[in-house]
Order: sequence, then C-alpha cells, then structure tokens
Amino acid sequence: MRRSLRTIWQTRGLARYLLVAGVVMTAAFVVLAVFAPWIAPYDFAQNTTDAGERLPKLAPPSGEHWLGTNDQFYDIWSRVVWGARTALQVVLLSVFLSALVGVPLGLLSGFTGGWPDRVMVFLMDALYSFPSLLLAIVFSFLLRSAVGGGVLAAALALTAVYIPQYFRVVRNTTVSAREATYVEAARALGARPFTIMRKYLFGNVVQSVPVIGTLNAADALGTLAALGFLGLGIQPTEAAEWGYDLSRALDDTSAGAWWPALFPGLAIILLITALTLVGEGLNETLNPALRRRRLQPVRFTALAREGGAR
Amino acid sequence: MASAAAGSLPRYVLIRVLLVVPMMWVLLTIVFLLLRVAPGDPVTAAVGDKLSPEALESRRAALGLDRPLVVQYLEYLGRVAQLDFGRTISDNRPVLEIIKNQGGATLTLTLGAFLFALLIALPLGRLAGRHRDTALDAVIRIFGVVSYAAPIFWVGILLVLFVITFVPSWPTFGIASAETEFYVPDRTGIILVDAILANDSASVVDVLQHHVLPCFTLGLLLSGVIIRLVRVNVIQSLKDDYVEAARARGIPERRVVRKHAFRNALVPVITVIGLQFALTLSGAILTERTFNWPGLGNELVAYVTARDYVAVQGLVTFFAVAVVVVSVAVDVLNALVDPRVRY
Repeated sequence: MRRSLRTIWQTRGLARYLLVAGVVMTAAFVVLAVFAPWIAPYDFAQNTTDAGERLPKLAPPSGEHWLGTNDQFYDIWSRVVWGARTALQVVLLSVFLSALVGVPLGLLSGFTGGWPDRVMVFLMDALYSFPSLLLAIVFSFLLRSAVGGGVLAAALALTAVYIPQYFRVVRNTTVSAREATYVEAARALGARPFTIMRKYLFGNVVQSVPVIGTLNAADALGTLAALGFLGLGIQPTEAAEWGYDLSRALDDTSAGAWWPALFPGLAIILLITALTLVGEGLNETLNPALRRRRLQPVRFTALAREGGAR
Repeated sequence: MASAAAGSLPRYVLIRVLLVVPMMWVLLTIVFLLLRVAPGDPVTAAVGDKLSPEALESRRAALGLDRPLVVQYLEYLGRVAQLDFGRTISDNRPVLEIIKNQGGATLTLTLGAFLFALLIALPLGRLAGRHRDTALDAVIRIFGVVSYAAPIFWVGILLVLFVITFVPSWPTFGIASAETEFYVPDRTGIILVDAILANDSASVVDVLQHHVLPCFTLGLLLSGVIIRLVRVNVIQSLKDDYVEAARARGIPERRVVRKHAFRNALVPVITVIGLQFALTLSGAILTERTFNWPGLGNELVAYVTARDYVAVQGLVTFFAVAVVVVSVAVDVLNALVDPRVRY
C-alpha cells in the first residue's frame, strides 16, 4: 500500500493531480450517499412537507428548494442526494459481482488452456462485441419478471454486461504469466494447479483489476442512467434514480424549465468524471509503460539507509 | 506471416469473411438462449390480458413455441439466414418491415454523427498531442473526458433547451416537419434520400435541419474517444525515427506534425471507428429517445416496454448481424489502407 502510494507520488506530469481530484470528488459523493437521510431535506418519494402541505410543481431554484422542484412535486436536491445512494449501491454491487465472476473465470480459463479456453474466449469476445446498452436492455428485460425492477435487478443486468472485460484482461495476463520461470519452478516443486493459481498467479494477475474496476464503475453508472432514461431501469417507486429523473425532465423542456434536467445530469457527469479520473490516474501512475517518473532529489543518507536495509 | 504468399490481400479478406460464420453463429446462439430459454411465456407476457386462452394457444402454435427447443433453435437460425426476423406478437408486424421503414432514420443519424465527430475530434486531438502536458492539452483532454462521460441524453436535453431559448424556430424533435413527411413520397425508407429524389429543395433543407441537433449530440459522444486516440497516436508518432529524420532535415515543426506525424496517426482511427460501432449503436438508441427520432432504437424500447419477446429478439438479432458485418467491413478496409495488416 505504502509502496504504491510512493509510486503514485513519484509520477511526473498531470497524472498525480488528476488522481487526487478524482478521489476527492468520489469521496464527496460517498458522503452524500452514506448520509443521505440527514443531508436531504425530504425523502426520495416525498412530495408533501412534514406538515402534509403539497410541494410546489416545477418551482425554480430558491432558498426554500435549493435546486427547485420537478413535475412530480419532488424536491430536486433531495432526489439528487438519494440518487447518489442508488447509483453507488448499484455500481458497487455490479463491479463487485462482475469481478467475482470474471476474475476466477479468466484465471481458470487462461491456466487450463486447450479447447475450454478457446470456447470461453470466443463466447466472451462475442458478448464483448455487443453494444453494452443493448445487452443491459436485454438483461433488464429478462430480469424484470424474475427479480423485479429494483436495485438488485439493475445491478445484476450491469454485472452480466461487464463480466467479459475482467475475463479478457485476467485471462490474457494469466496466459503470459503461466510460462514464467517462477511458475515453472513452483510446478517443479510439485505445487498442485490450484495452489499455483491461488498463490502464484492470482497476485500477479489481479493488479490490473482496480483500474478496470474504476473505469467499469464509471461506465456502469452511465449505463444505469441510460436504462433509467429509457424507462427500463430502476422503477420510480423503488428508489431515486438520476436517469429516470432526466426522462421526466425531457417533457419539461418545451416549457423552458431547465432545472429538472440540469442538476441530475450534473450529478451523473461529476461522478462519472470522478471515477474516470481515478481509473485513468491509477493507470498512468501504476502502469510502468505509461508512467513518467519525476526526477527525485538525491539524498545520500536515505540511500545509505535503504542500502543497509537490503 | 511465415511465407511471402501468406501475406496476400485476397487471402486476408477471404479468411476474414469466412470468420463471419462462427462469429455470427455464436452471437445468434447467445441471443436465442437469452430470449427463448428465459422463464415466462412470451405470448402471455405480450398480449395475455387481451386475448382468450384459446386464442393465446393458437398464437403460441403459430410462433412454434410448442415445439422442442432444439427445433426452435434450428428454425431460428434458418430463418435468420433468409433475413426473416419473425413477426411481432403485440401488433403482428414483420420485423423486417420495421427495419426497412425505421432503419433509414438510424442510418442517417449515425452517419451524420460520425461526420460531426471527425470534424470536432481530428483538429482537437492533433493540438493536444502536439502540445502535450500544457494547459491546452489539459483543457482538450478534459473536454474529451467530459464529452464521453456526459450522458448523451442529458447533453441532448441541454442543447434542446439552448436552441428553444435562442433559436425558437429551429426544429428540436422528429426527423422532418409534418408537411415534409406528407409531401415526400416514400421510396427508399431514408427520408433524406427520398427528399433528394423528389427534387424538393425545401424538404431537403427541412430534413437536414432536423438532423443537425441529434447528429451533433451523438457526434460529441464519439468525438471524446477519437480525441483521446488521435492525441496518443500523435504523441507516439512524434517520437518515431522517421519524424526525427524529418526534423533533422530541417523541416519546420508545424509541417512535421501535419505531414509526417498526423497522417500516420490517422490509420488506427479507422479501426477505432469500427470498434466504436457498438458505442454508436448504444448512443443512437438514447439519441432517438431524446429527440423522438423515428429509428430502430425507439422501436426497440417500445417493444421492450410492451414485453414483446419476438420483436425484441428480431431487432436484437438484426443489431447483432450489423455488429458482425461492420467489424468485418472495418477490418477489410483497414487491410486496404495499411499493408502491414495481413494474416
């Protein structure tokens, strides 16, 4: 952990700052999501005040309603805050699940080789070549009757879409690592295949997963919002969702109402940008091929100590 | 690569085209398995509340749903080979007819989007690559990230709001005004071509005006990817020996970038445009919904909402076929442009 932090800090150019900016922005959304009940003035499906008075319809931003209200009498600031919770829940769940399936599958397929590997690669490549939104639409179409239209259904639909990406990367690194000398040495010592996969390959193969994970999270967030926008995502009765709010806002454009559209969209774009910055930043600092090191001031005492420790 | 004969262009094209068959087969099998093995009865899901049990049973028999799965699978493959994508359950339309009528709108939308994307991305990508790690580079890269990150429908809504406020007379939804759709005779299914064939300049202008906003919106999304690619390629080719050699000959830096580095940086763009076809299709579905565009994406969403399995299966099958065909076309095109691409 400390070593990778140092690697990040010693990188030259913009990459470091992009990474820091991304982490700070993501953290802000995590705060919104975790503390939503305390931050949001209203519940996500609350269109009356606590005294039972109806909120105004399509009221522009004011001191009362910071970001205005929408055509369903909802307070937009509250919807944005609760939407952060939904978005992070779905994205975390789907990234976790697709890594959980994709990584072992890729490891196994790459290590075993032969025709099962060929078949898996062909299958995953076919899925990967398919437009991701189309796949997500098909999966949510199929899951609707089985799991309903909630957070879980959306997360599962996205999981299915992103499994091939983990599979591909992990499988390819496994194939190249399989022939490395240290694996051969382990095999010569009589290590069983499972031990080789778990102790020798996994640690080397899993390094690219955080980068794919964050970039996937950004992509998944966009797909989730797109599903919501098409009316095929999380149902409005289940949770607040930015994409759904934007589909409602589409009808208000002719009336010239900009606030129902602007704020949920800004939330999506900020969170996607934040996650992308983290992913790209990690990639540019941790990937030795892309990384450009800063010149370090030479300190002889430090060098001597390090040399002594070795 | 082993022998000289192996590197010939016709051989490459032949192998690439032959590879279509297994690729298509896998995709079609996936589509079939997903949509047919899924739990629930398609007919009941689509029209269960409208018809009597006997009528439902006859519909099921007409669709062949009462036969064994293997038979259904083989029939499905056979029909797709004859470009028969089935008939919708909910309104009994042949899917091929939907594709003929609505596909043109999706086609002109995507082509227009690519045009806008290239117009935006090529100059910006070149600038960013040439001035790496400067403020200009940072601004362009942020533009690239944001235009890719911004939900396309959100960008669309904001553009509509902007246009409504400042140019109220500019059309913001649909593919043509009501008069144009009424007067232009339908010949090709592509309204822009129909208007040109009808030799009706007012209609052509009207249709083109309707295209600007949706194409620009979808083009912005695509430009993000292309900017990033062109930038990286320019940076890489600026490091290459032949560029160094050009500099050594005393050619001014501007000319080195334009004539030597930039040209070679363009070759991968063709590949990526092909790879981005999937992204374009996703973006087109969303753009169509935003601008009420009468294309295939809107049809798909309508049939998903109606829970019409056959229509969804037919349209998704068509998209799968399109993805395969485009990927092959791009590979062949790439081989024509770049002599290093061969088996």
